[in-house]
Amino acid sequence: MIKHFLNLEWKQFFRSATMGKSLALKILMGFFAIYFMASFLILGVALYPGLKKAFPEKDPFIIVNGFVFFWILGDLMIRFFFQKLPVMSVKPLLTLPIKRSSVVNFVLGKSMLSFFNFLPLFAVIPFGVTLIYKSYDPMAVVTWMFLILIIALINNFLNFIIESLSSETELSFLPVIVLISALYGLNHFNIINISSLLSDGIIAIANNPLLLLVPIGLLAGLYFINFKILRKKLFLDSSLKTKVQEVKASNLEWTQKFGDIAPFMQLDLKLLWRNKRPKSTVWMLGLGLMYGLFFYPQPMYQNMVWFYAFIGIFVTGIFLINFGQFIPAWDSGYYKLLMSQNIKYEQYLKSKYTLMTLSVIILFVLSIPYVYFGWKILVAHFAAAIYNIGVNTYVILLGGSFNRKKIDLNQRAAFNFQGTGAVQWLIGLPLMLLPMALFAAAYYIFNFEVGVAVLIVLGLLGIVFHQKIMAFITKKYLDSKYQMINAFSQDE
Amino acid sequence: MIVTSNLSKKYNDTTVLNIEKLDIPKGQSFGLVGNNGAGKTTFFSLLLDLIQPTSGHIKNNNILVHESEDWKPFTSSFIDESFLIGYLTAEEYFYFIGELRGQNRADVDKLVSQFSDFFHGEILNQKKYLRDLSKGNQKKAGIVAALIGNPEVIILDEPFANLDPTTQIRLKNIIKDLAEKRGVTVLISSHDLMHVTDVCERIVVLEKGQVVKDLATSEATLRELEAHFAG
Repeated sequence: MIKHFLNLEWKQFFRSATMGKSLALKILMGFFAIYFMASFLILGVALYPGLKKAFPEKDPFIIVNGFVFFWILGDLMIRFFFQKLPVMSVKPLLTLPIKRSSVVNFVLGKSMLSFFNFLPLFAVIPFGVTLIYKSYDPMAVVTWMFLILIIALINNFLNFIIESLSSETELSFLPVIVLISALYGLNHFNIINISSLLSDGIIAIANNPLLLLVPIGLLAGLYFINFKILRKKLFLDSSLKTKVQEVKASNLEWTQKFGDIAPFMQLDLKLLWRNKRPKSTVWMLGLGLMYGLFFYPQPMYQNMVWFYAFIGIFVTGIFLINFGQFIPAWDSGYYKLLMSQNIKYEQYLKSKYTLMTLSVIILFVLSIPYVYFGWKILVAHFAAAIYNIGVNTYVILLGGSFNRKKIDLNQRAAFNFQGTGAVQWLIGLPLMLLPMALFAAAYYIFNFEVGVAVLIVLGLLGIVFHQKIMAFITKKYLDSKYQMINAFSQDE
Repeated sequence: MIVTSNLSKKYNDTTVLNIEKLDIPKGQSFGLVGNNGAGKTTFFSLLLDLIQPTSGHIKNNNILVHESEDWKPFTSSFIDESFLIGYLTAEEYFYFIGELRGQNRADVDKLVSQFSDFFHGEILNQKKYLRDLSKGNQKKAGIVAALIGNPEVIILDEPFANLDPTTQIRLKNIIKDLAEKRGVTVLISSHDLMHVTDVCERIVVLEKGQVVKDLATSEATLRELEAHFAG
């Protein structure tokens, strides 16, 4: 049975219309993976001597165990945003003589092979070997390493439970943040000292391997809960059930001010508001706006002026990046309609451009309070906003003409907790890193003012040549019209 | 109105459509029949410039469809559900199409109100998004949307499929009315020989991408078609 499933997965990957693109992304992800593996390996090797040197009177093994709690929290957070349950199209399998449980077991089993579960081993194994070399009890060390692997797997399944519960809610990332902050807070304010309790527990288990049964039992329990959740989703009626949404209508009269692009703007606004996936890009606004608060209050960053441009681009451009990179895939479901209707491509693109520009302006206005941390920040944010409007909007629209992956707005398939994946952030990187590099270079060679001027001039150039650039982009879209129609009409 | 010359479409050496010549005069109700893979949808997709011809061309009112977009204002179509925007209500969808075709809300309301019996009270004022409607009701909305803006050419792919019998009969009347009284060129494809002979004054049979029969509909047509498809 597993052989069949693997065969299907293989074909799905290599026969997909986006094969070239996803292969390139996979390679890029591969590089990231190697980078992380190397980092963890170095960490694992250097951990023992490093801790010994920093705290000569303490036992490194005990110190490390004290940190396991924070690792669990961080790991959960990262998993929530980057690790998704493997997707499998199950509908065609349901009427075939395949046990539902074997489908579920396959999906869950596949998730155990995730990179996230192996990554800790790169640090744990060298650290463990060092411990044995330093004549710790080998039995206890091996038990400890095994225990860490089990904890990683517990996180793996715990994450899917959190995801499946929170995917029902509107602010899907809120529950996990609340949960993790609560745990962290309980520990930090010494209400319950979870980290030391956990540390004691780990050491107890390491000294008595029989106690491993406790975490293994926990793991089995979590697996079983996941199994239950997924099995329930495996019945067609959960996807066929007509979950009728009440219509929230508004006439959006104000968009008429934008003239001939008004119908498209209305459509885009409804798209954003009435579909779960694009709606999450709206919620991300809040998170993006707060992003600066991670950096500016710390004195360390106050002196890193070159970094301001990066945060400025991020804060004012979060919607631009999140929404823009899926143009025109947002409309992929009805792309044929648009292409056979009496529309001008230019208006269609201009509506997206206007929407992104408005978002940048609004976000800049909302980010003005950052002036509290210094007027330079405000100036840098202003320059970044101009750059976003004059350069990044075009770049992302142009990138869209290479977009060949459709988005299914009517997400109802089982096993689909689609949200923000790692890929989404990778695409945004060049948009943020390039202006940061330009700004930083100008800042070091000349000064702050020149850096700001560089971004503003580039942005203004883009705004001045708006018509020309849009005409160029429109032509790119027209050139790839047939490929897009073809790709968008394919199923995943 | 629609002139097809030397049109062919190939996918990796497999010819899926090859029509040397096919002229459809203005105001004709034109039916396309054929088994699966005969090339019906391919022909309509070429006519709407959704795919590129390998050779030859189609002219719609003397406009080359794959070179100019000027045919769009007077041509409308409903091919499949991917022509619907799932997160709009039926009314919003009609208004959106109306705006693209230069019709204000009053125009759209007036047109749509003529189809209240066709809708059977299940489309308008439902406070439901199109994605939540049944397949048949989605189809009704799509077909009526294709009538917005006084198009001169209407293309409907498999309009009778998924509809209930009552609606099929009503749809037949609508199509007949369009061609006979308003001079609209209507192109439909169907697997249902009975419906298509009822509605169309001309029927073309496609087989493996070729035109094998071109009939002016008469009383004998249905029998002739049945004999043809029986093999």
